[in-house]
Amino acid sequence: MKTITRQKPYEEIMQQLEFCNRVFIVGCGTCATTLQTGGLEQVLELKEKLQDSGLLITGWAVIPTACDEMTAVVAAENETAIQGANAILVMACALGVQRINMYLDQPVLPGLDTLFMGLEEHSGYYMEACAQCGQCVLGYTAGICPVTACHKGLLNGPCGGTNRGKCEVDQDRDCAFTLIYNRLKEQNRLELMKYYHPPRNAQVLPRPRVKILDPKEMEQWV
Amino acid sequence: MGVIFKDLLDSGKFVVTAEVAPPKGTDLEQMLHHIDLLKDRVDALNVTDHQSSVMRFPSLGGCFAVKERGGEPILQMTCRDRNQIALQSDLLLAYTRGVRNVLCLTGDAMTVGDHKQAQGIFELDSVQLLRTIDLLEEGKDMGGNELSGKVSFCKGAIVTPEADPWEPQSCKFEKKVDAGAEFFQTQAIYDLDNFVKFMDYASQFPVKILAGIVLLTSARMAKYMTDNVPGIFVPPNLIDELSSTPKGGSLEKGIEIAGRMIAALKKDSICDGVHIMAINREEVVPDILAAAGL
Repeated sequence: MKTITRQKPYEEIMQQLEFCNRVFIVGCGTCATTLQTGGLEQVLELKEKLQDSGLLITGWAVIPTACDEMTAVVAAENETAIQGANAILVMACALGVQRINMYLDQPVLPGLDTLFMGLEEHSGYYMEACAQCGQCVLGYTAGICPVTACHKGLLNGPCGGTNRGKCEVDQDRDCAFTLIYNRLKEQNRLELMKYYHPPRNAQVLPRPRVKILDPKEMEQWV
Repeated sequence: MGVIFKDLLDSGKFVVTAEVAPPKGTDLEQMLHHIDLLKDRVDALNVTDHQSSVMRFPSLGGCFAVKERGGEPILQMTCRDRNQIALQSDLLLAYTRGVRNVLCLTGDAMTVGDHKQAQGIFELDSVQLLRTIDLLEEGKDMGGNELSGKVSFCKGAIVTPEADPWEPQSCKFEKKVDAGAEFFQTQAIYDLDNFVKFMDYASQFPVKILAGIVLLTSARMAKYMTDNVPGIFVPPNLIDELSSTPKGGSLEKGIEIAGRMIAALKKDSICDGVHIMAINREEVVPDILAAAGL
């Protein structure tokens, strides 16, 4: 699984940085490196660009995994350069941005937009496989998620827009229900196509969503 | 009109419906003109619901206008723009204003319309919407609460006889039947033999089928629809017929083709009626009816 990101337009990055002149840049060695949106190369590229725009870069770091707690260590290691900046620009997903925001006092700004959690289906091809809806229907849909694979997130079958097994909004994408139908057929479980799915519960876990592990559960992992 | 659509469906009469499209804005003149032109010529009038995801005057408002002018409206209701609460409350409003027919649709994708950045809701799908109406008819809402005053609607849905692939479509069709759909309007049909095959299948279910008739206005349109519009197949002989028509005669030829199809469907009682979609050419619907001998 990778968090799929893309770089914000440079103009938007500059707009966010309008209030400051000294910037520390953070990249991420995990998803953003794979996606080539916030790895070493992209951090250095942006550093050059920002310098050309007249900003002082007090330092930069590519944190191994920006969203995990080791980020605190990297922040501590770079304390001087970070203290010298009046903004932190993070080229990681929004989880990385928010992790760093926990440790620093200065404004922490996103350099990337976070798009979705991607499952690498084959090399370099990431698909949104889960919308984290909290009520998994994969057992009825041959392991293909209609919530993410159908543009409209329908549950009870294809819309009228499907054509030749493709989706109306993009002829390069398969219609989820053609995929589901074919797979169920192979599995000899076509009766599931007739299964009525009631409306989804939009409030399985109302936002803000949190999960608090029981101390006993945590002990198992220590 | 003055006759309740459901009674007509049940009477075995060959039913004819058409549709009007609300305007983009508050100038209702053209829509009202179309309503006045058609309300006594057809058995019921669909009012489209932000068709093609284009923001317009609401279908509910159009239905009120049909009702006020003495017509029988069919409220097209998509799941694209409203959540559960909004859909249910619009149904309550529709009922209190005398609207008795609802066509339950999923709705086009937001990305095909003119508000491309808007959220497509799709909290319900068309099957779930049909079941929601059932619930309201029992006097309950989706939250499980008792209603003070229920609704009662004749429930419709759509089906695409030429869908490719057909099997997933037929599964959904059957789910709609199970969910209480009483009538179906089909996507445009042009190939009678294919449609007869569809009717062989559909007639095993206790529902009324109204064949979709979309007016062809040129050979170019016919080719475009075959190539680009999901579930539409215009046979080559019809395209040839249109393209061999002398310049300026395409519309009349299209009217003739539509009339001929309706007459054939009626003559052999192939289906229970037709739904005429003369997109942007509502004024020629009476000519289509005349060409069909209706």
